[in-house]
Amino acid sequence: MIPAHFDYVAPASLDEALRALADGGEDAKPLAGGHSLLPLMKMRLAVPTLLVDLRRLEGLRGIERENGDWRIGPLTRHADLQRRADLGVVAQTAALIADQQVRNRGTIGGSLAHGDPASDLPAVLAATEGRVTIRDAGGGSRTVAAADLFQDYLTTAVGPGELITEVRIPALDGWGHAYEKFTRRAEDWAMVGVCALVKRAPDGSCEDVRVAFTNMASTPIRATAVEQALRGGPLDDAAIAAAAEHADEGTDPPADLNASADYKRHLARVLTRRALQRAAGS
Amino acid sequence: MTAIETPQADGRHVGRPLKRKEDPRLITGRATYVDDLNPVGTLWMAFVRSPEAHATITSIDASAALAREDVVAVYTAEDLDLAAPLPMAWAPPGIDLNVPEHWPLARGRVAHVGDPVAVVIGEDRYSVVDAAEDVIVEYEPLPVVTDPEEALRDEVLVHPDLPSNTVHEWSLGGGDLEAGFAEADVVIERRIVNHRTAGGAIEPRAVLAEERAGHLTVWSSTQIPHFLRLFLSIMLDLSEERVRVIAPEVGGGFGSKLQIYGEEILAAWAARKLGRPVKWCETRSEAMMVTHHGRDQIATVRVGAKRDGTVTAFHARILADLGAYMMLLTPMVPSLGAFVMSGCYRFPAVQTDIVGVMTHKFATDAIRGAGRPEATHMIEVALDQLAVELGLDPLEVRRRNFIPADAFPYETAIGITYDSGNYQGTLDKLLEHVDVEAFRAEQERLRAEGVHRGIGFCTYTEICGLAPSRAVGPSAFGLQGGGWESALVRVHLTGAVTVYTGTSPHGQGHETGFAQIVADRLGTDPQLVEVIHGDTSQGPNGLDTYGSRSLAVGGEAIARAADKVVARIRRFVAHKLEAAPEDIELRDGRWIVRGSPDKGFTLPEVAGLAYIPEDIPQDMEPGLEEVAFYDPGNFVFPFGAHAAIVDVDPETGKVTLVRYVAVDDCGPAINPLLIDGQVHGGIVHGVGQALYEQVVYDESGQLVTGTFVDYALPTAAELPSFETDRTETPSPVNSLGVKGVGEAGTIAASAAVANAVMDALRPLGVTYLDMPYTPMRVWNAIQEAAR
Amino acid sequence: MSEVPVRLSVNGRTHEVDVEPRLLLVHLLRDRLGLTGTHVGCDTTSCGACTVHLDGESVKSCTVLAVQADGCEVTTIEGLADGDALHPVQEAFWEDHGLQCGFCTPGMIMRAVDLLAHDPDPTEEEIRRGLEGNLCRCTGYHNIVRAVKDAARHPHAGRIPAPGVSADGAGAGRELAQEGLGA
Repeated sequence: MIPAHFDYVAPASLDEALRALADGGEDAKPLAGGHSLLPLMKMRLAVPTLLVDLRRLEGLRGIERENGDWRIGPLTRHADLQRRADLGVVAQTAALIADQQVRNRGTIGGSLAHGDPASDLPAVLAATEGRVTIRDAGGGSRTVAAADLFQDYLTTAVGPGELITEVRIPALDGWGHAYEKFTRRAEDWAMVGVCALVKRAPDGSCEDVRVAFTNMASTPIRATAVEQALRGGPLDDAAIAAAAEHADEGTDPPADLNASADYKRHLARVLTRRALQRAAGS
Repeated sequence: MTAIETPQADGRHVGRPLKRKEDPRLITGRATYVDDLNPVGTLWMAFVRSPEAHATITSIDASAALAREDVVAVYTAEDLDLAAPLPMAWAPPGIDLNVPEHWPLARGRVAHVGDPVAVVIGEDRYSVVDAAEDVIVEYEPLPVVTDPEEALRDEVLVHPDLPSNTVHEWSLGGGDLEAGFAEADVVIERRIVNHRTAGGAIEPRAVLAEERAGHLTVWSSTQIPHFLRLFLSIMLDLSEERVRVIAPEVGGGFGSKLQIYGEEILAAWAARKLGRPVKWCETRSEAMMVTHHGRDQIATVRVGAKRDGTVTAFHARILADLGAYMMLLTPMVPSLGAFVMSGCYRFPAVQTDIVGVMTHKFATDAIRGAGRPEATHMIEVALDQLAVELGLDPLEVRRRNFIPADAFPYETAIGITYDSGNYQGTLDKLLEHVDVEAFRAEQERLRAEGVHRGIGFCTYTEICGLAPSRAVGPSAFGLQGGGWESALVRVHLTGAVTVYTGTSPHGQGHETGFAQIVADRLGTDPQLVEVIHGDTSQGPNGLDTYGSRSLAVGGEAIARAADKVVARIRRFVAHKLEAAPEDIELRDGRWIVRGSPDKGFTLPEVAGLAYIPEDIPQDMEPGLEEVAFYDPGNFVFPFGAHAAIVDVDPETGKVTLVRYVAVDDCGPAINPLLIDGQVHGGIVHGVGQALYEQVVYDESGQLVTGTFVDYALPTAAELPSFETDRTETPSPVNSLGVKGVGEAGTIAASAAVANAVMDALRPLGVTYLDMPYTPMRVWNAIQEAAR
Repeated sequence: MSEVPVRLSVNGRTHEVDVEPRLLLVHLLRDRLGLTGTHVGCDTTSCGACTVHLDGESVKSCTVLAVQADGCEVTTIEGLADGDALHPVQEAFWEDHGLQCGFCTPGMIMRAVDLLAHDPDPTEEEIRRGLEGNLCRCTGYHNIVRAVKDAARHPHAGRIPAPGVSADGAGAGRELAQEGLGA
């Protein structure tokens, strides 16, 4: 299986890249690691007419701490994330994406811009309430919160001719975290994934909590009912178990070969409980 | 734990874990698979395949494709002038088979998704794919049937030109079944579904064909180069001596390359027509669609038994979903299972009734074990179910029914004679590694922690070493061919040895194991013995590799050819040393007169006598080379005892294999390293079926599991390391005492895992569940049981 | 659809080629550069048979465009042995019977070398997780895992020969095969 024909440029600057994308029109696509796009192109499920390769762009890689945020260049690979234990749930989740060869190519920017609800990092961005900076061809920049980034299945706020230029993820120091990914095989896409973040108050109760799902709707979604049930209350096994029962509320999981919608809802409840327990350190 | 260590004080090579002669080229990337060959001027093929499961082809418009600069030709069925359709090689006497014609390109109607409609031939790998997309085919959809039980009703015909979807009915039984059930204290009945699987060889199929001066050469990733030559000759109406088939390095087969595929025929046909080499490399998506599948049987199994667990009758009724076309051995496969429907037990009455039915799916055919994994699964799962019914230990039920070690050769109720066995022995050895009592204590402790651990056993025997001709041939079982194997052993002037085998390996390690056999007999080093295989122009005719036959049939042929060479060595040496040939023996690498080690000849020295024949007996031909054809007196019957331990997460339904112990007996080891390797891979093939793999079609006949993303071959991360051990019970059938081992692991593993899953689930109220034990299926079963 | 010039180093040798942009790295290596040790076993980035090193890290060359490798260093299975000397991971695969049909083997070995480069002393679980992107149908992985474990005892199991030292590995196979005769 091989891609259909396309034109290719590898501009040396961000401006050039944006211009090339704008000139290429709707069927021009940016190429980062290519591990979302190339598999689709090989199956001819995507047939862009122009690929704008971002590999020569400077300054879009790397991980820095800034004002309580992790500032991550969009071309930073999953492999770079997984080896930074200080990134917490981001590192832990990155390590679970596909397999190491894929992680050696795939990038955080590509994953977020692609917006596959079965990818793992979008749920992490949703749970951490991270945000991305998007540049358009006119040189304009805007910051988009996770909640607004993911709009529908494979549809994000990153429009044609636009690029993510920065990813910001709150460091959430002092929060407990866990990402529970349920797969049949290690290298598979998540059947369901749950990202849980928990902040304990000095008295041990739940000061704050965030839960987000992979593959439970057409976008990554927050489990607000679970969060509400837990926030401000005790953070023991019973409370967690009770809160996790709300996990399926507001979800609309797509059924597939391996899991019916009902089964996915059930998994969401089980995995939410497990993720919360791990995040709460209980 | 490692395999038995055989002391080699005698300096022999047989029995040693010699590392493989094949490996240096494979680990350095210097091996040659079909796609590594690119003769100058090679054209590429790509196929236009049906997206419909059943439809009339109303039009094919290839004009856009043909208008492309880099396209040389587009062919449809109308263009083909083949002398015969694709073969089906089983015609059991007295059985009517309702078989559709099967051509390399569909003739007016397609009958499964992926049925090839046109072939595009062009200048390079990439552009033919583009061109194939330009071929416009219009279809008029026809009714589709994918469920075999529904297909039996003939309401929708898979081939409207045939009277029925039923292909055949075939039975094999022995003993008084009715009396057996009448005498039983309990009778259990289970519907056991053995789902459709794929071979999953990591190298997809590939073929390259070239004709020069009236001689056709075809390189194919096949297990059966000799059969392919025969059918190329028949279908292309070419004299057989003008056809050469080469199976170069073959990247796995597992039965899926035991086939005559339309693409192989078309490449050869097109190469002749266009006068240029033509190549086709299957994509994985194509492999999932149109490389034959396996299994796909629905069995109704009835077992009658006494209270003490003694089985009085065993009856299996099998509905086999054969798919849309009958390929090389498609309808035959379930019958192989009938031959071992007694398992390793003294069942007094056994009956297997098979109905083969067509559906709008791709053909099933032989996949690792071919009928025997299905039969073993039925027997071993049913025995566990029986044990639960009777409140007995499943191992006790097995022991009660084992054919005792002193009863061999043993004729089963259906008249098959098992060559040798010691089933109690392998089970005893297994239990040296698996402490069942300790396991039960652990199981209870873990259950309290929410982990449902289960143990399952499988004690099996299988029938392999496919041969003997008088049993499998046209007037007996109905295979349209013989079952012998051939070998040629050539000692060169320098004493180097070349061995030609008619078998055709695809990863098994023939070059190493066969070299060990020959080296010992001739008194040389295996490193100086080259084994040539997979080229029909080299060595005598052969019958290729399948059914765990290579060693038991092909290896014995090699041993016999080597023995003939030894007979010549004896005469040359006897003449030179003025002794009797029967007094010549091999000692420490030299051929001497028994008792007189002072004078003797090494193999190179003997070769000198043979090839520079200044002084040889008047009545003797020079040279040191012999051919042997061997057709055995019986099949061989390997056996063993396996145990699987699994954990079930009752909350998610996820099953994890945590431990697997296998004790196998395939007779004396030629190379224990190779045996262990075969067992490991075989186990995972069975575990894969039990836990991960399934070919799924939806009701409209669309293939849901079209790639390796959806067809879940297990990865290293899902599996534990295995514990293997062996016993060695020689077979009296051949001089090496050997039995096959290529399929053994697969034959045993699915039942062991199934029984382990059931053992884990039983406290949750689940008493029986079919494979594959995917998380959702297991979770659903737990929910249902709780209701 | 004009061709694009690509300059890359493969097993220490520099190549300058013009390619159509859609050419996959694996086909550049196999069909243009004649390095057929790297295989293709699937369409979906699943099987890992095409694994090579790109700038020192394992990637699936069926999901990398040749143009993306412009300016990069590629190491294939042919470049792994240091002249006549097998790489410790190759040696271990041979010693432990870590291969049967050999088709997944080059990718498996390239992946294993990268695994050991990042984790010189892996546990069995780490090895198994580390190989999750490489499918094998023959071995059941048992002896592959054993081979990686054994290779890890070698101090340089995660290292590949410096580019240039082994050229493109041409000829190594034949010499190694002969070395095998004495083993």
